[in-house]
Amino acid sequence: MGYGSVTETPHDTLFRTLADPTRRALFERLCRDGEQTVGALTAQAGVSQPAVSKHLGVLKAAGLVADRHEGRQTHYSAQLNALAPLIDWTSKMAGFWEGRFDALEDLLNRMDQ
Amino acid sequence: MTETKTVVVEREIGHAPEKLWRALTQPHLMEEWLMKNDFQPQVGHRFNLRGEWGGVLDCEVLSLEPPKSLSYTWNFKHEDPAYDLTSVVTFTLTPTPTGTHLRMEQAGFRPDQKQAFGGAHAGWKGFMDKLEALLAKED
Repeated sequence: MGYGSVTETPHDTLFRTLADPTRRALFERLCRDGEQTVGALTAQAGVSQPAVSKHLGVLKAAGLVADRHEGRQTHYSAQLNALAPLIDWTSKMAGFWEGRFDALEDLLNRMDQ
Repeated sequence: MTETKTVVVEREIGHAPEKLWRALTQPHLMEEWLMKNDFQPQVGHRFNLRGEWGGVLDCEVLSLEPPKSLSYTWNFKHEDPAYDLTSVVTFTLTPTPTGTHLRMEQAGFRPDQKQAFGGAHAGWKGFMDKLEALLAKED
C-alpha cells in the first residue's frame, strides 16, 4: 500500500528539523551554494559559531547534511536524498494506482460486455 | 492557505467507457480491482474502502456523471500525522477510437505537510521550489 510502515516516522524527523528557521536557512544555504565550512556559515548565520555547530549537528542527525574533515576545518554539504520522504507521497500513490489499474484491466478482460 | 499536491495516473483502456464505468462503480467489481467497499453511486453517499492490510479509508461521493467522471474523498485517518491523508480522487473517462482514456487525479495533503506548507513557515514555499529545481538538476 501507499502509506508505508506505521513504525517509521521519517517525516516527523525531517519536518521537526527543518521547522527551525535558523536550521532551515543553513540548509538552504548549503543547497544553494554547495559545501561550506562552519566558519563561512557562521559569518552569515547571525548566530554564534557554537549555535551554528549545534544546528549542523541536528541537521546531520536527520541525514540532511554530511560533514568532511580537512585539517582543522569541517566542511558541510547538503544531502538532498534525505528529503525524498517529503516529496514522495505522490509517487507512492502513483505506484499504488498503477498497480490498481493493472488489476482493473485484468478485471475488464474477464468481464462480459 | 494550504498547498495541495496532486498525483495523476493515466491509462489507455481497450474497453468502452460504459463497461469501465461499471468496474468503477459496482461494489463487487470495485472489490476485485480496488478494495472491499460499500460504495453506492449516489452523491453524498459515505462509504469505506477496506484494504487487505487492515486500513480503512473514509470516503464520500462528491460527484458522478456516468460514464464520464466520478469523484470521491479518500481520507485515511491515522494518529501519526505522517500517515494521515486527506484527499480527493477523481476519475475521468474519455472515449477513444480503441476504448477509453482513463485519468485518475488524486489531490490532497497530509497534516504535517499542511503545517509545513502553511503560513507559519512563509519561507517554505520558495524553499520547496528551489529544492525541486535542484533535484531536477540532480537527475
